[in-house]
Amino acid sequence: MRGITAGTGRLLRSLGPLRPPSVTLMLTGGDQKPTRDHFPHPTAMSTIQSIAGENEHPDVALVERARAGDVSAYDTLVRKYERQIFRIAQHITQNREDAEDVMQDAFLKAYEKLDQFQGNAKFYTWLVRIAVNESLMRLRKRRSGKMVSIDEDLETEEGTVPRDLADWAPDPEQNYSTAELGDILRRTIQGLPRGFRVVFALRDVEGLSTEETAEALGLSVPAVKSRLLRARLQLRERLSRYFHRRTRAAQRKSGVET
Amino acid sequence: MTCTEFLAMLDDMIDDSIVAAETRAEVEQHLRKCGHCEVVLNTTRKTIEIYRSHHIYELPYEANERLHEAIMARCKAKRC
Ligand SMILES: [Zn+2]
Repeated sequence: MRGITAGTGRLLRSLGPLRPPSVTLMLTGGDQKPTRDHFPHPTAMSTIQSIAGENEHPDVALVERARAGDVSAYDTLVRKYERQIFRIAQHITQNREDAEDVMQDAFLKAYEKLDQFQGNAKFYTWLVRIAVNESLMRLRKRRSGKMVSIDEDLETEEGTVPRDLADWAPDPEQNYSTAELGDILRRTIQGLPRGFRVVFALRDVEGLSTEETAEALGLSVPAVKSRLLRARLQLRERLSRYFHRRTRAAQRKSGVET
Repeated sequence: MTCTEFLAMLDDMIDDSIVAAETRAEVEQHLRKCGHCEVVLNTTRKTIEIYRSHHIYELPYEANERLHEAIMARCKAKRC
């Protein structure tokens, strides 16, 4: 215990500033395009892709067909990612109705903008970026026009240093029913600042890489890394109270369950 | 290696992205000596695994189908 708490200040510094100045993602109606100066020209890229042949991501061909007017190709893409997009929207908006709207609007907007999609970016990452912007727009509507960014509410140092160092039960989730576990997991992640929640959801749950998460959120890679560590540690800390190596009866008595 | 240094490398350990053999050895040595860091590492891993295997916002099948149909209908309307 001593060893870990002693180094608090140093760890915080190594994580960098809490609010890096250049990463605020403002609402511009989802029209921001990430800079792609470092990628080859689109025509050069399609040559490379046709040479790459079988290594090509399967979405590339689907996007091409959808662009050429094949709606069934787009149907396949929607099927493939609709559930992820819904979950991401729900993580950001925390509202089922908003998440359903975002899911529809994001796919429609992506369809309308397919011509602008560059084959050298991953379709999924591009789609997530659109969904993130649509989600923030929904939040803005709910707050009657107030700016909403992914950086909000990050002025917290909570959970940066592990405090609860007791081990967990071997398979702690088995001590709860599916419904109880769902409640615990939802309540726990909802307590995190939005900027942490979203990074964790994209990077650890929905399978984006650190670089893709950065691109989808318009954040720098170091900002994503620092948030990811803090999100993981905060979730761990909060889940500890449910998953400790102790009997379920003791938890009932202490009123942990609701 | 101190606990603070270990913690700073936590994500790299979880993502298995420590390439330098020397660093890897230092980390493993610290883990053998320090039960607290071992708990933090294991429970953080478990945290991620639980969130990955239990999707907390899952649309019921019917709702998903309804939304899917709505999306495709709106896309088709755009085409014409
Ligand atoms: Zn330690």
